[in-house]
Amino acid sequence: MKLIQIKNITKVYEMGEEKLYALRGVNLDIEKNEYIAIMGPSGSGKSTLMNIIGCLDTPTSGDYILNGKDVHDMDDDELAVIRNKEIGFVFQTFNLLPRSDSLHNVELPLIYSGVSRAERIQRAEEALINVGLRDRMKHKPNELSGGQRQRVSVARALVNHPSLILADEPTGNLDTKTGEEIMALFKELNNNGNTIIIVTHEEDIAMHANRIVKIRDGEIESDITSK
Amino acid sequence: MNFFLEIKENILISYKAIIAHKMRSFLATLGIVIGITAVTLMQTAIEGINRAFESSIAAVGADVLYVQKFEWFGNEDFEVYRNRKDITMQQYEYLKNNSMTADAVCPTVGTSQTVKYGSLDLESVFIIGSTDEYQRTLSVNVDDGRFFTAKESEGAYPVCMIGMDVKNAFFQNVDPVGKDIKIGSYSFRILGVLEKQGSMLGLFSLDNRVIIPIERFFKIFGTKRSLSINVKAMDVKNLDETKEEISSIMRKVRKVPLGKRNDFGVNQQSAFRDTYDQLTSLIKIIGLLITSLSLVVGSVGIANIMFVSVKERTKEIGIRKAIGAKRRTILMQFLVESTVICLLGGIIGLSISFPISLLINAFVLPTAMPLWVVVLGIFISLMFGVLSGFFPAYNAAKMDPVESLRYE
Repeated sequence: MKLIQIKNITKVYEMGEEKLYALRGVNLDIEKNEYIAIMGPSGSGKSTLMNIIGCLDTPTSGDYILNGKDVHDMDDDELAVIRNKEIGFVFQTFNLLPRSDSLHNVELPLIYSGVSRAERIQRAEEALINVGLRDRMKHKPNELSGGQRQRVSVARALVNHPSLILADEPTGNLDTKTGEEIMALFKELNNNGNTIIIVTHEEDIAMHANRIVKIRDGEIESDITSK
Repeated sequence: MNFFLEIKENILISYKAIIAHKMRSFLATLGIVIGITAVTLMQTAIEGINRAFESSIAAVGADVLYVQKFEWFGNEDFEVYRNRKDITMQQYEYLKNNSMTADAVCPTVGTSQTVKYGSLDLESVFIIGSTDEYQRTLSVNVDDGRFFTAKESEGAYPVCMIGMDVKNAFFQNVDPVGKDIKIGSYSFRILGVLEKQGSMLGLFSLDNRVIIPIERFFKIFGTKRSLSINVKAMDVKNLDETKEEISSIMRKVRKVPLGKRNDFGVNQQSAFRDTYDQLTSLIKIIGLLITSLSLVVGSVGIANIMFVSVKERTKEIGIRKAIGAKRRTILMQFLVESTVICLLGGIIGLSISFPISLLINAFVLPTAMPLWVVVLGIFISLMFGVLSGFFPAYNAAKMDPVESLRYE
């Protein structure tokens, strides 16, 4: 079953008189439980595509259907609900709330979906245990290593059982060894049935995925399924 | 998302934000602290003045009319008053004999004298000459002894009633009844002591006085004085009728021609009240303006800090939005934060002004911070919290998630 259907999407930024084409008609279908890497040099439009897939931004034209829902013309608040329920973000810079401990950071998506406190804590604890942070629940981000921080953000991405995990350069701020650990975690999540999209410019990170989509100048250059 | 859950969560968030920036939050809230302190103290002071006024005005008596040569709060030219004739004993007697609605009528006349007892003396005591009916027109009881009788009054007996201040000056541990005091070189036997009455608007004491029979007063101080006639109405509800009746009797006895205005005043407590209300409503308005100005300045300070706080937390707003916070949720988060800051300011303000109100009560005038002032203080700080937080919060709510995530 198709999780994502992207049809002829464009994104145009108007810089005064000039029009900047970030995406020039992208078509992309993603099945459930795929593990896909989106690659491209900087300025290729991969970040724009990721923002649109992540419902952080809307396309200028074209259709985007996520999990059966037409999202290309939703307003801000509707998109917020979609992000909350359907998408789990993992960022390069972790993007955790600095003043909150791991548990609260992981609880956050559940707070926004109105889950009761007791259930929230139970689910957040489970998610943290799943990423191997059983004894780091009351630690604040600055008391954790980079790898641990990224695990917290993976736990946060997973806690609301999204249909899609969207990781933007998840190993960009980690050393090779820790990066490999995180990639192993993603592999495990994929094996457990999660759909994962990784945006990266590193060839060896992309090699972990089963399918690699390369973008250049706002268009898909290649789309290769390896396994 | 459940509204109360949201509020609770937001209070927690703002608590963290405030704790993280203690000094900044404290400075931000200072304006509100000062504003709320000013507002509540102002109201407490007005309450105190009101109470002082009420207890003072009680001495004037709500059911008593004072027939005098002049009105208390007249505002006509001096010309109108200059040629008015004195009010005499003859007019008093005529009034007393002809009034149907008066319960008690008495003439009073007063002067200020030094009073002596043995080797002690007390300066500037108010000496009042009146009749036995004075006590009935006066809203005060006899604390010790008795008031003089009609016979003693008409017979110009050398007897007197003393106020509490006089008693305290001369008779610390002795019963004053039966003792003799001297006014000038004349001796008076004390018959009784009047109950303590306090002071008139905090200006002069109502207890620093001696009351003697009016006939005796005339013998010592002469008769060339205008009287004040106190008339106690039978029923306070019919005070206006009594006033009408007295006016017409006085016009008759003073031979005021038809069509001319009264050449005397019939004064009553409400004259005081009206003047007082005029005066205090002005003070209240000015006070309100000044104190609300300080609140406005305070809320500008809070708005300023909130703008900084929103800017500084752009990244946090981006994260929250990426994770699923709606515009409204972000709006609420910052509104709650500014409201919590203002509310803290209000509570600090109240905890400053409450002890001060106790000090005022102890040393300046009897007052207490009424509950409604506390409620008002809390309400105002809530209101200013929402007001000063709205624009910063709105700014935060409409931030673009992509751009704010990119913000460093």
